[in-house]
Amino acid sequence: MFRCVLSALVALLLLPSLAAAADLKQLVDQLGADDFAAKIQAVQDIGALGDGRAVAVLRSLNDGALYVTADHRVVLAQPEGDHFKTFDPLDGTPLGEAAADALDKVLVNNRLRGAIDAALGSLTLVGGRLQDRLSAAQEALKHPAADGGAALEKALAAEKDPQVRAAFALALAAARVGSGSREQRLAAVAELAQSSDPQVRSVLTQQRDAADLDPELRRAIDAALSAVEGRLKLIGFAVTLFEGLSLGSILLLAAIGLAITFGVMGIINMAHGEMIMLGAYSTFVVQQLFRAFLPPQWIDGYLLAAVPVAFLATAAVGIALERGIIRFLYGRPLETMLATWGVSLVLQQLVRSIFGATNQEVANPSWMTGGFTLIGGATFTRNRIVILIFCFAVLGALALLLRRTTLGLHMRAVTQNRDMSAAMGIATARVDALTFGLGSGIAGMAGVALSQIGNVSPNLGQIYIVDSFMVVVFGGVGSLLGTLAGAMSLGIVNKLLEPVAGAVLGKVVVLVAIILFIQKRPRGLFALKGRAAES
Amino acid sequence: MPGASSLLTPRGWAWFLGLGAALVIGVPLLNALPSAGSALQLPDYLVPLLGKYLCYALLALSLDLIWGYAGILSLGHGAFFALGGYAMGMYLMRQIGTRGVYANAELPDFMVFLNWKALPWYWWGFDHFAFAALMVVLVPGVLALVFGWFAFRSRVTGVYLSIITQALTYALWLAFFRNDMGLGGNNGLTDFKDVFGFDLHAASTRRGLYIASVIALGLGYLACRFIVASKLGRLLLALRDAESRVRFLGYRVDHAKLFVFTVSAVLAGIAGALYVPQVGIINPSEFSTANSIEIAIWVAVGGRGTLLGAIIGAVAINFAKSWLTGSLPEAWLFVLGALFVLVTLAFPKGILGVTGQLRGLRGRGAPPAPVPGEEGAP
Repeated sequence: MFRCVLSALVALLLLPSLAAAADLKQLVDQLGADDFAAKIQAVQDIGALGDGRAVAVLRSLNDGALYVTADHRVVLAQPEGDHFKTFDPLDGTPLGEAAADALDKVLVNNRLRGAIDAALGSLTLVGGRLQDRLSAAQEALKHPAADGGAALEKALAAEKDPQVRAAFALALAAARVGSGSREQRLAAVAELAQSSDPQVRSVLTQQRDAADLDPELRRAIDAALSAVEGRLKLIGFAVTLFEGLSLGSILLLAAIGLAITFGVMGIINMAHGEMIMLGAYSTFVVQQLFRAFLPPQWIDGYLLAAVPVAFLATAAVGIALERGIIRFLYGRPLETMLATWGVSLVLQQLVRSIFGATNQEVANPSWMTGGFTLIGGATFTRNRIVILIFCFAVLGALALLLRRTTLGLHMRAVTQNRDMSAAMGIATARVDALTFGLGSGIAGMAGVALSQIGNVSPNLGQIYIVDSFMVVVFGGVGSLLGTLAGAMSLGIVNKLLEPVAGAVLGKVVVLVAIILFIQKRPRGLFALKGRAAES
Repeated sequence: MPGASSLLTPRGWAWFLGLGAALVIGVPLLNALPSAGSALQLPDYLVPLLGKYLCYALLALSLDLIWGYAGILSLGHGAFFALGGYAMGMYLMRQIGTRGVYANAELPDFMVFLNWKALPWYWWGFDHFAFAALMVVLVPGVLALVFGWFAFRSRVTGVYLSIITQALTYALWLAFFRNDMGLGGNNGLTDFKDVFGFDLHAASTRRGLYIASVIALGLGYLACRFIVASKLGRLLLALRDAESRVRFLGYRVDHAKLFVFTVSAVLAGIAGALYVPQVGIINPSEFSTANSIEIAIWVAVGGRGTLLGAIIGAVAINFAKSWLTGSLPEAWLFVLGALFVLVTLAFPKGILGVTGQLRGLRGRGAPPAPVPGEEGAP
């Protein structure tokens, strides 16, 4: 009798449909089955078992690290030379070594991967780390369970963390929309309508397109969909606005130095882009020096050190350029353009000869990496936020310099009437040199910022030069406010046009618009008025 | 200026015709007659190279007409050149017929590659040379007319004009890079086979194209000379030096500028059309802003406002470029950059002005005459 019961038990244990009762170890060995249907069944059973130890096994299966031995046992194996070291997949105890031909890899296909993800999701809902539980909730939202979310209900009851609780509740609502009584489904729809997760939209769309839907439920889903979509649109707009401001801040940094040199001295400095490039290379050099000579924990500070270094280096180059070339060309703006273009060619080739033509790697310091993810998957990267702040800091400092210092007073005086300033005893030549140095130095600081978001190459300046001209021309010469307005509106318009017309065509449209705009206001948005504007 | 009222002086005509005949007859003869390998023979590769220089010279000439005589520094003249080139390139593409890689009689290779089904409307008609030739003139001309009408009417001058012409070529550069444009995208138009049924790779065809370039340059020079020697030419000089004053005297300054700007764009388009079959490719890089600025330096090196100087500058600098990029590729940008600086600082009147400058220094030690082309201090 006893023997009979025992054999019946053994038979039961071997039946996959009764896997809940089976030992986890046995299920793991079933992962080594030959056909994928059996493997998927085994994975689903492991998921249903709810044993936390299975998480590691399923992950190794996903990574392709599981192998079948000759006696049909599943082991974790790591290649070492021409043979493998094997481990128990559950607890990782070493099992010894095996020759490469004694092991067969457990193959994984996409259907099996889907099953693994689902099983991992239900396994990590409870008891996983915070991040695991969150991603399990997101997974559950993506593939709402057909059973109305019994597992989620249990998990929600046990959960303490508010963020995870919200995610669970959302996933639960998504699961309940598809099943249960009409009232339950309506309640679930009402709950989903509060969300602004892009995933909810696809869940709702799926449900609406289902056949034989109750008309009232369909109306409720439609209303929920439009509510969710409205919020998503708003979030999308906020993201576009942020991207536009970010682009605008970069344009502003690139153009502001140009606005000063052009505004005060009437000089079109075609080498302005190369000043930006030199600033970026200064950043690179400072980074390399920090890496070479300072303890590794200081590396994050290199960027702070790079700002003054880049400013001083490019300001020095700018002053040299002004004293050596440009001062002989005052009053001949077209020729200044050509001469500075020549300087830009020389600077580019010089940098290419020293550093090579390839891109240099400038790393973000750790406090600038990553970003903030808001509801609806909108991400604001930290480096762009820092650049936005930096840009306004530079603008503010410059405004202070122009308004509150003697040098600023002299600069404004020279802008308004050069001859009269000279007659009043202002050393206009010195003011010119310092102004040019200041404009170049700001370009250098722009280079520091640009090195954080793009490639550092000898052509860096060329990318921004036409855009910075557009900003200055659009905003109006000699007006910081104009430059600010010009840069920000160009940045935002560019980003608004991008999804409609594509990146390149959007830019073309903006350029054409500026060309037309100049017809209307040949001196820019914020034109200088009075006698100075006429000369 | 001697002979300002007549097209050329008798001595000028003698020089012009003599030099033209030497270029038209001498170079092809030197290439064709001596047996290959003899010391006297002009190698085959040099003929299209010379032709290319002459196209650049025509382009420089067109810029000198507006910069030297009307004070309009266009930093987007490469755009007109490239548009003329594209018009010619489209004709040459249609001549390929079924000899492309995909042997498609209807569509050029790149369109087959992009899975296009039908020829876009703007390619219609380019099977006929007469239509293509019309487009070579019309496309740059109309663009210049429209652009200039907007710009000159609202009195955009000086550096502002330079910057928006630069924006124009930059916008076209971006646009032509797109595959959707239907003009070959990044790769442009290439793999041409023949023109009027003559094989493009044959030495005789190349000689023919070279001769066409010489003649085009000669006619272009005469046309420019005709304009600057006419009453309109005097008006241009006047508005270059004091635009407001000319306007107050009752002249329609914008009309005069619009006219030369359009003529200049047409000349640039013709130069581009002759350039493409000789180099065998046209792609969006011709629209790059750097290319257009380089044209200005050819003119400045040769001597602005002289016409002849533009031709000399273009040929000399491009010869130096071919030679230096071959032997010292690192040095070329240094040399070009230094040229920009040196010419503007030390030789504002270019090669043709150097003798005058030296004479002035030796004579009275007086400073050189004021440079033309600027309208007072900013």
